[in-house]
Amino acid sequence: MPKNEQFVKFDKVDKSYDGKVLVVKDLNLDIAEGEFITMLGPSGSGKTTCLMMLAGFETPTNGEIYLDANPISNIPPHKRGIGMVFQNYALFPHMTVYENLAFPLRVRKIPKDDIDKKVDKALSMVSLTGFENRMPGQLSGGQQQRVAVARALVFDPAVVLMDEPLGALDKNLRESMQYEIKHIHESIGVTVVYVTHDQSEALTMSNRIAVFNDGKVQQLSSPDKLYEEPVNSFVAEFIGENNTFGGQVTNFSQEKCKVKLNDGSEILANPITVKSNGDKTTVSLRPERALINTKEKMDNNFKGKIEEVIYHGDHTRVRLDLLGNKEFILKVPNSSANMDIKLGNQINVSWNSHDARALDPK
Amino acid sequence: MSSETQKILTTDGIPLEVSLKKAERKNKLKAFLLVAPLLLFLIITYIFPIGDMLMRSIDDRMVTNMLPKTFKAMEDWDGKELPPEKVFEAFYFDYKLLVEEKTFGKLATQLNYEKNGFKSILKKLKRKMKKFEEGNYKEQIMGVHKRWANVEYWRAIQRRSASFTNAKYLKGIDMYENEDGKIVNVPEDRQIHRVLWLRTLEVAFFVTLLCFLMAYPIAHLLATLPMKYSNLLMICVLLPFWTSLLVRTASWMILLQQQGVVNDFFVFIGLVADDARPEMMYNKTGTYVAMTQILLPFMVLPLYSVMKTISPSLMRAGKSLGGTPFVAFWKVYFPLTIPGIGAGCLLVFILAIGYYITPALVGGASGTLISNQIAFHMKSTLDWSFASAMGLMLLAGVLAIYWIYNKLVGIDNIKLG
Repeated sequence: MPKNEQFVKFDKVDKSYDGKVLVVKDLNLDIAEGEFITMLGPSGSGKTTCLMMLAGFETPTNGEIYLDANPISNIPPHKRGIGMVFQNYALFPHMTVYENLAFPLRVRKIPKDDIDKKVDKALSMVSLTGFENRMPGQLSGGQQQRVAVARALVFDPAVVLMDEPLGALDKNLRESMQYEIKHIHESIGVTVVYVTHDQSEALTMSNRIAVFNDGKVQQLSSPDKLYEEPVNSFVAEFIGENNTFGGQVTNFSQEKCKVKLNDGSEILANPITVKSNGDKTTVSLRPERALINTKEKMDNNFKGKIEEVIYHGDHTRVRLDLLGNKEFILKVPNSSANMDIKLGNQINVSWNSHDARALDPK
Repeated sequence: MSSETQKILTTDGIPLEVSLKKAERKNKLKAFLLVAPLLLFLIITYIFPIGDMLMRSIDDRMVTNMLPKTFKAMEDWDGKELPPEKVFEAFYFDYKLLVEEKTFGKLATQLNYEKNGFKSILKKLKRKMKKFEEGNYKEQIMGVHKRWANVEYWRAIQRRSASFTNAKYLKGIDMYENEDGKIVNVPEDRQIHRVLWLRTLEVAFFVTLLCFLMAYPIAHLLATLPMKYSNLLMICVLLPFWTSLLVRTASWMILLQQQGVVNDFFVFIGLVADDARPEMMYNKTGTYVAMTQILLPFMVLPLYSVMKTISPSLMRAGKSLGGTPFVAFWKVYFPLTIPGIGAGCLLVFILAIGYYITPALVGGASGTLISNQIAFHMKSTLDWSFASAMGLMLLAGVLAIYWIYNKLVGIDNIKLG
């Protein structure tokens, strides 16, 4: 069966709460069937609003949302058949785990035997078999989280929405739950729309990530493309670590451009959003793309002074004063070749112009 | 592990438990001293009066102390026929003493409670007694009035010989102990208390129900509205709470009377004819309306405090899982508000069952409650022992309701805030 590439479709959706400010602006987003898509963005960027519109708890001010080609703006939440995992799980505190899971099945008038089977299956999927008669209050945070996931999946919804479901868990548990949710998604192939502000969560779990800022999708692409090839300086800044240089394009061509920095020096960069000479730009460079004392041939070579050295075990973070940027970060792998990293030393730093992306000015 | 538990010692060699007690003694003493004034206050103003009330309601020593010799002489009288001479003689001397002390009136009142007709024959006896000769008191007393020769009256005296009595409690539920010592109902045309008890329960029940029906939506609105509106609404709920009870009741009198605001409005919009204005006051309607309004905040506040803690995402979860708004409300939201409902209903019911001022002012004859009857006996008939007995019955009733409630809902499920 061919996959439906437009299983969920946001079509020119606007949303305003007060009639003055648009929290979602002209959103167009297609979500394929079976896809794990993450809406990533800082708080207030409109990502949760999008999720609430899809769930039916908010109505779009303008535009339409389609689920499997059917417009759903006028369908109330309980008829949409969309499963949802809430931020604080929203387990019903007065019901046992079994009753929580049976709730969506009972309201659908499914026979008791089938309910038992489905609940069993869902609980074994999240490895909580035997917890049927516990109350949510007797479960740990991670277990509650899994019950919430099982409850959102137990009635076989076409789409499952997750609103920062791991936000309340501690770091280790969060990481193991990320893998667990990812595995569940892979095994049952349900479409998942996931909202988070944690970029590492988004990078590990998703097929595609939509980066939200200011009510707009800044970039929609796969995690590796998002990290390697950010299309604007917000995405570059928001995802991963990032060194930036402000400057002006002096020598523009399709392949390469020369950027004159604010301190007068010139670097070579990869033109992404800049179009012509004289454009203001911010050049973005990932810390791991800049090398020290390398023998490889690279087209940007500069000297910088070491300002700070932080030992991280497997690598060392080095802060440099380079080309007028005092916050230039390098990640140096921990090997015997790099023993001359000392505070105050001058050091050779090189990178390829291809990795230095000339983006819109900040 | 060895079966003997080893005593843990501190570094000084003192057992740990002793050391701990010593260290905490000062704090315990401090804590006790802090609550001591309140404890003393409670003992003086609450526990002592209740104990006193209990005593007063069963205490019947007044008559016992006034006729000590008589009751002593009556000890071996079987009560079938007229008592022997020595009882008459003892009664003569007891009564003579009372006449000299000028306290015989009290005896007359007390004995008259027991059997009508005592007052006049005791007065007559007092007049004739001055000319009595020594000896043969039986003949002389019986000669004063023919009732003195009636064994019923002597039995009535004998019934008051005990120091303690349950007569007041029986009277509270329209029963009494008849001449044969059997507990029977008073004649139906003279029953008043049972009606009052039932009416009190009925009014308390319906006031609680009305309060619940009105408070639930208000509390829900309060808990879900944005802060700036909910604060205003909260003040609207609390404003009557801060107004004097008398002022509120008086304003209901202004509103509800036949020439009052509400009736004027009904006539104005043509709902009722001017000459057929309904009576909304001095009956049960007035009691219902005023009490519901006055007790409403006691229902709103516990409900609000519970609803405030229910996350709105629970209702959303209920809906997203496929429940209609009603199902989500009924299966998810409502069960979570039960602790608040319990607290509110118990509070309103218990307050309503002992309510006094409002029914007294707007209740009229058909709207008064048991507490008004208690007040009546406290202030007008001065039958304090009967008022005490009814007060204690009311208290017992409230405790019984509390107990039933605890069995049904569980007191741990109550949440006042």
